[in-house]
Amino acid sequence: MIETNKKRDTLEMESFKTMPDKRGHFGHYGGRFVSETLMGPLEELEKAYKKYKNDPDFIAEYKHDLKHYVGRPSPLYHAERWSKQLGGAQIYLKREDLNHTGAHKINNTVGQALLAKLMGKRRVIAETGAGQHGVATATVAARYGMECIVYMGAEDIQRQAMNVFRMKLLGAIVVPVEAGSKTLKDALNEAMRDWVTNVDDTFYIIGTVAGPHPYPAMVRDFNAIVGSEARQQCLDQVGCLPEALVACVGGGSNAIGLFHPFLDDREVSIYGVEAAGEGIETGHHAAPLSAGKPGVLHGNRTYLMEDEYGQITETHCISAGLDYPGVGPEHAWLKDSGRAKYVSVTDTEALQAFHDLTRIEGIIPALESSHALAYTAKIAPKMNKDAIIVANLSGRGDKDIHTVAAHEGITL
Amino acid sequence: MSRIEACFNALKNNNKKALIPFITAGDPSLDMTVELMHVLTEAGADIIELGVPFSDPMADGPVIQRASERALSNGTNTDDVFSIVEEFRAKNESTPVVLMGYLNPIEVMGYEIFAKKAANVGVDALIIVDLPPEESAEFGEVLKRYCIDQIFLISPTTQGRRLDRICEIATGFLYYVSLKGVTGSNQLDVKAVEDKLNEIRSKTSLPLGVGFGIKDPQIAEDVGRVSDAVVVGSALVERIAEHAENNDKMKLEISSFLCSLRAALNNIG
Repeated sequence: MIETNKKRDTLEMESFKTMPDKRGHFGHYGGRFVSETLMGPLEELEKAYKKYKNDPDFIAEYKHDLKHYVGRPSPLYHAERWSKQLGGAQIYLKREDLNHTGAHKINNTVGQALLAKLMGKRRVIAETGAGQHGVATATVAARYGMECIVYMGAEDIQRQAMNVFRMKLLGAIVVPVEAGSKTLKDALNEAMRDWVTNVDDTFYIIGTVAGPHPYPAMVRDFNAIVGSEARQQCLDQVGCLPEALVACVGGGSNAIGLFHPFLDDREVSIYGVEAAGEGIETGHHAAPLSAGKPGVLHGNRTYLMEDEYGQITETHCISAGLDYPGVGPEHAWLKDSGRAKYVSVTDTEALQAFHDLTRIEGIIPALESSHALAYTAKIAPKMNKDAIIVANLSGRGDKDIHTVAAHEGITL
Repeated sequence: MSRIEACFNALKNNNKKALIPFITAGDPSLDMTVELMHVLTEAGADIIELGVPFSDPMADGPVIQRASERALSNGTNTDDVFSIVEEFRAKNESTPVVLMGYLNPIEVMGYEIFAKKAANVGVDALIIVDLPPEESAEFGEVLKRYCIDQIFLISPTTQGRRLDRICEIATGFLYYVSLKGVTGSNQLDVKAVEDKLNEIRSKTSLPLGVGFGIKDPQIAEDVGRVSDAVVVGSALVERIAEHAENNDKMKLEISSFLCSLRAALNNIG
């Protein structure tokens, strides 16, 4: 059944931008697979989001804060020296690393926090893995004067002491999650539980394009500013659309943000890059689209990493932000429909790209973004010198220098 | 007539309320789960709810989540859960068994195969926590063919057309989640429960069970007065965890706790 759907999607789709349907489905994926207690809160959120997303006042306030608080638009930077060294396509980097708090995550937290304010919720909660989304949420909570609770796996708290302290400085309460693998997925479970219990005054700011409807669509919409800007900047600076887009995919919010405004430009190839960790063949990776299969987790149907009995398996990769066993349902659908290609690069390849960009362009990229850069470095040499690749530099790498140092046996 | 229907009919004729204990399959071990099921029925359980362990039990509180983790670390898988029911059925033909779990382990096996295996070993109904009616049409058809009831949850925020729809498609009984929150939560407002149950009763003649937050005989009695069945989970699972080192003591403790609930429910009527 999925096979025939696949064909129909590809051949007959007039637009790839019409998803999700009314019930939050992206083809076979997405939906709302949650306990009955969450159905009410999700309907309330969906209603509010529908009401405000086209509201001129809401849009104006969102845009105002993106400009004056986040620092948008972010530049589209021509990495000339790196392009020359690779000897092929011209590489342009979408500089989300220059945003306030250092990553694309804030585009979404500004949007959701403003929505929370309009819905009269005084308390926001979030889950976080590496701490980037937690910091972005704590930041906007401080900015809008809201109480903020961040759930974080106990294991991740150990690994990301600096971000934990940043969140506390910003006034957030960081709650360690001791259950399961003590990482991102467990933090997400815990945040859901908080939301179910405190829904009257609480807004759950999910950090990626996963979760039950309307989160995948809403988080995508708030991040689509990345792709809209990049598309216009490319036309203005180069005079044409790029040949290829490249972005890393964990949950997939920076990637869908870049991809979505280009989905109907069919001449633009789209590559989502997953974390192959120690290599797909070793089983130690975080690449559900490359090596997993469809299932249901965290409220949506999507590709998952699971064992033969459907238990979710642990992920492995050097970048905490990609360490998630699922992926946003729209990516699952874009994969099946053939509109986007999903590939993977190993820890070693990502680290190489991390060093290359740092030394050649003077930009320290996040390890997550380094996955996109590593794949860019693979395809650029095979392309013409006048071809354009837009790679999403989704975050800056300052947070990762301890990880890189440790990996190379250096004590700071 | 299904076991569940027969069970509720018999209770009704005797003017009694159903007591539905929940334990997690494989916690503390496969063998002990079967033994505990018999202990529960001997102590007055009318229906047994058996948790199918899952790695990410989003709707459960810490007590049941830890039970799931213990079961999984024992190596419990879906086929083991079926074996437990099969073994229980060898000695008990009449007590309905309801499996409660999450969708992913079912999807991975396939709806048809799962339903067939469940029916073969004598499972009577399923509660799939993360499968609301909006997403359940396809599996619902399969379950119907195998005469397995799908028990739906209703929460304080289930209203209007959604509530009508659930009452329309539900079979077996309805499970009212008495609190906002997860399993094992605090505070229960019996008056609010009663009001909601009255609303539900105006839409269906199915028996109404109430769960989430029932932790002692007094609450069980209060809730039993306004419902047809009470479900007890976390309070029971907590006692299993407490006596994990001593199986005999565990069985005694479980038995006496359930007897106290049974006695409380028998006060009604």
